[in-house]
Amino acid sequence: MKTSRTHVPVLTVFIISASALSYEILLMRLFSIIQWHHFAYMIISLSLLGYGASGTFITITKNYLLKRYHISVICNVLLFSLTSISCFLAAQSIQFNPEEIFWDFRQFPLLVSIYLLLSLPFFFAANCIALSITFYRESISKIYAADLMGAGIGSIGITVLLYVLFPENALKIIAFLGLLAAAVAWLEFHLQPRILALLITCFAFSILLLPKSWMELRVSPYKELPQALRIKGAKVVDKLSSPLGLITVVENKTVPWRYAPGLSLKATVEPPEQLAIFTDNGGMDVINNFNNDTSTFSYLDLQTSALPFHLVQPEKVAVIAAGGGSNVLRTLMYDAKMIDVVELNPQVIKIVKDYYSGYAGNIYKDQRVNLHNTDGRGFLVRSMSLYDLILVPRLNSFGATASGLYALSENYLYTVEALQVYLEKLSPGGILSMDLWLRIPPRDSLKMFATAIDALNASGAKEPGKNLILMRNWQTATLLIKNGEFSRDDINRFLDFTTTRMFDVAYYPGIKEEEANRFNILQQPQIYLGARALLGNEKQSFNNSYKFDLKPATDDRPYFHNFIKWSTVKEIVTLRGSGGLPLLEWGYPVLIATLIQSVLASLILILLPLGFLKNKHNNIPQQISKIRVLVFFFSIGIAFLMLEIAFIQKLVLFLHHPLFAVSTSLFSFLIFAGLGSRASNKFSENWGYNKTIFYAVSGIILFGFIIVSSIGVIIETLAWLPLLVRIILSVFIISPMAFCMGIPFPLAMASIEKPAPELIPWAWAVNGCASVISAVLATIVAIHFGFVIVFVWALVFYGIAYVNFPDRQQVWRKSGYK
Amino acid sequence: MTFRFKTTNTVIFCVFALLAALPSSHADSWKSKRLAMVGEIEADVRDTSRFLGKNKLDNNVLKALKKVQRHEFVPPQLQKSAYQNRPLPIGFGQTISQPYIVAIMTDLLALKQTDRVLEIGTGSGYQAAILGEVVDKVFTIEIIEELGKIAAERLEKLGYRNIRAKIGDGYYGWPGEAPFDSIVVTAAASHIPPPLLKQLKPGGRMIIPVGSRFMVQQLVLLEKTKDDSFKTRQLLPVRFVPLTGGQP
Repeated sequence: MKTSRTHVPVLTVFIISASALSYEILLMRLFSIIQWHHFAYMIISLSLLGYGASGTFITITKNYLLKRYHISVICNVLLFSLTSISCFLAAQSIQFNPEEIFWDFRQFPLLVSIYLLLSLPFFFAANCIALSITFYRESISKIYAADLMGAGIGSIGITVLLYVLFPENALKIIAFLGLLAAAVAWLEFHLQPRILALLITCFAFSILLLPKSWMELRVSPYKELPQALRIKGAKVVDKLSSPLGLITVVENKTVPWRYAPGLSLKATVEPPEQLAIFTDNGGMDVINNFNNDTSTFSYLDLQTSALPFHLVQPEKVAVIAAGGGSNVLRTLMYDAKMIDVVELNPQVIKIVKDYYSGYAGNIYKDQRVNLHNTDGRGFLVRSMSLYDLILVPRLNSFGATASGLYALSENYLYTVEALQVYLEKLSPGGILSMDLWLRIPPRDSLKMFATAIDALNASGAKEPGKNLILMRNWQTATLLIKNGEFSRDDINRFLDFTTTRMFDVAYYPGIKEEEANRFNILQQPQIYLGARALLGNEKQSFNNSYKFDLKPATDDRPYFHNFIKWSTVKEIVTLRGSGGLPLLEWGYPVLIATLIQSVLASLILILLPLGFLKNKHNNIPQQISKIRVLVFFFSIGIAFLMLEIAFIQKLVLFLHHPLFAVSTSLFSFLIFAGLGSRASNKFSENWGYNKTIFYAVSGIILFGFIIVSSIGVIIETLAWLPLLVRIILSVFIISPMAFCMGIPFPLAMASIEKPAPELIPWAWAVNGCASVISAVLATIVAIHFGFVIVFVWALVFYGIAYVNFPDRQQVWRKSGYK
Repeated sequence: MTFRFKTTNTVIFCVFALLAALPSSHADSWKSKRLAMVGEIEADVRDTSRFLGKNKLDNNVLKALKKVQRHEFVPPQLQKSAYQNRPLPIGFGQTISQPYIVAIMTDLLALKQTDRVLEIGTGSGYQAAILGEVVDKVFTIEIIEELGKIAAERLEKLGYRNIRAKIGDGYYGWPGEAPFDSIVVTAAASHIPPPLLKQLKPGGRMIIPVGSRFMVQQLVLLEKTKDDSFKTRQLLPVRFVPLTGGQP
């Protein structure tokens, strides 16, 4: 191998960064499919420590690797490519079962093995970038810009890719891109013979031909779809992938699905034939086989969800998160004149409207139905209509809800502000109906009741208790909120509905305690007692003494499914041997476990190479302070991610689509930060390091402050704009702040590269570890204090970074150097 | 010579005695583990007495727990964990339930020896075996073919002649053998199947564990009244009250 003149490998870094970020997002998808979302979150977070580990590794081995820079980079690129597939396949074959973790401590080494395997691809990808910024110290701004911009393009690229490919096939593309990056590196380094680049490219194409059987996903046998497929007659009839989820349609003509949660014990008929729709191998919903014979659908009138139709005869109805269409069918059966059907996932619409339209009785093509592919809340915000009935279904499956798996998922359909939007869109006397799963001890039902009280109070209701009805059976609950007070006639019809179906009243205006526990008997009428306490003066003391957190979710703290109180966790863990564990809400403890693990691993990764950080510039009397380097790079690592995460959440509310929010936010932040990085060199030449960092941090804080103080107004006043305009506007809002955010990292690197070059990979390690901690910390801060505080924390961390800028001029000035 | 003969004989005797004792000491070891597990379950029942309405399991249920060899119902590699009070994976995405949950489910049915019990979801066959120790007739249905076959063979091998097992769709119950005094629904369902309600005798009880494979959230105990109406009770199988200051 001969080398000649070399160039900064900007294109290689760009491709490898794009591939690594795509890989991160793809892993999240893959693990959500084969495991559960919250464990996917923990596994991927910890694996990203591969970035920090690369800095530590290069700090220790740089003398050896930098002498062999070109081949080291190419080897790492190749290793990234190969491990991106092989490590995932190895990790998914480890039989880790999160549900056994408290019973069987052998699960821990399995979990650690998964972390280690998945961190390898990130480690190799990060090595390429860390080696490059250490080798081409004078071109850090250029390399960092390529890194950020590559990641920005990667975030969009993988989103598009997941619309056209199944996740396991997208994995091949990542490996392909990795190999392509190796070929590009060969050419960028002007290595000889050049034909080798062609050979690597050919090899890259061969990756795309890997047999299907190798790439097969090994789904946990405890997820809903594998369980369903074990039953005789079950057959997958369709599969569609998008970044919103993997949709699988399954039929079973031998053993029908008979999906009818909340069905009355009085029901004597079997639900009709159905097709099951699974999202990410869980979250089952169904399409009913409807042939316009409503007599076989009497079961729809015997579910708890049928309640609102007995209190109002709706002409105009909005069905939110319509899914397979059971609520739409029910609404059609009750002769509504106009139905706005809202569903976020276009592939679910495609399945019900196109693929199985005849099977579903063409319900989505009915003249009375207007179909809207958007987020339910966003639709209502923009809708000019008033509705007699708005239906919000049970979200998520019972299993996922029961285990508290959604505690970490932001949910903007269940916040106080969301309920206010729904109430504003009700015609006088109109009803908002919210279906819920019922858990014992009660959580979801009481929290939604508390949320409704707050929303009614905010909407000016004089006595919220007069606008509310809550009903339950042994499995589900339905909460009705009326625009106006429930009349005596309403209540009579409600009582008739509950008695004839053996459902229990949990609350209605004028309820007596003895009515609350008749058919489905609880140890105590806890839901009634809770509802009464929440409406009365003892609300605060009830909230304090209740062992689950019932504080309503808000747009700033959109975690409806987080019920945890730490004092309760302690009690539950002590009861683990005697049936206590099912009470544990998994999401939040997993988050804390992730934080603890990432902090411990970061400490090791940051402290380990300290012994290797000997300053060889003995003629420099005072070194750059390691503490300042540590604090600076740690702070900007924390702050960057926190701002990004907080902004994604605000954009979810503005764009009303989680996918567009994530893509727009990541793309804008990374591309404009990349441009900022690219420009940082020029700025420092013109203004010097001190002024540049001052301007950059001031810019971040100023733009950040403007955004925080105006975002609420922007969201409220401009929500009516078309989606594309809102996306462009979001990019416009983010860009100046993101541009400034791209400056501090390369500026500080440039500042330390001459007096302390040995600190460059270490600073990279610190920054990498901080980014991992930041993502977890941001969620914890948001759960407790809200996203506005996440913004504030981020700005404070930028302030801390500014104060600790590792200033070369100052150090050299102090030491008399010119 | 005599001494040598005696010594040799003694050695041979000891070896044989040891060999003869080996299986029984193995069986003793399982038994002592089983008794320890039952002791643990009894303590848990005392702790949750407020929720179960009693502080002691029925004697027949206790006897059954002490007798049924749980290690025979778990995969060989998990036999050493068979007497831990925890659910264990048995393959096919299924689990053998936590013995404590099996115990209280069986107890809550208030069974009499002459009762006919239907179980939906045979799984490993452990719950059926416990029921088989308490009542004369048990009927059990499993929907997963492979699992159903293994469980049926196991129950037969262990000598449970009063348990009839079949593979099929439990939604429709076992009309040919109905009505039943009690029904145990261990397989997940989105609702209680109307045919099962029909096959339950007036005054009969049905028990349904609700939750995931590894964690039972609550038990739903359904009673069919003499006038063919129903009542359900929702029981939390743990000593936990949702309000601080509440007495467990």
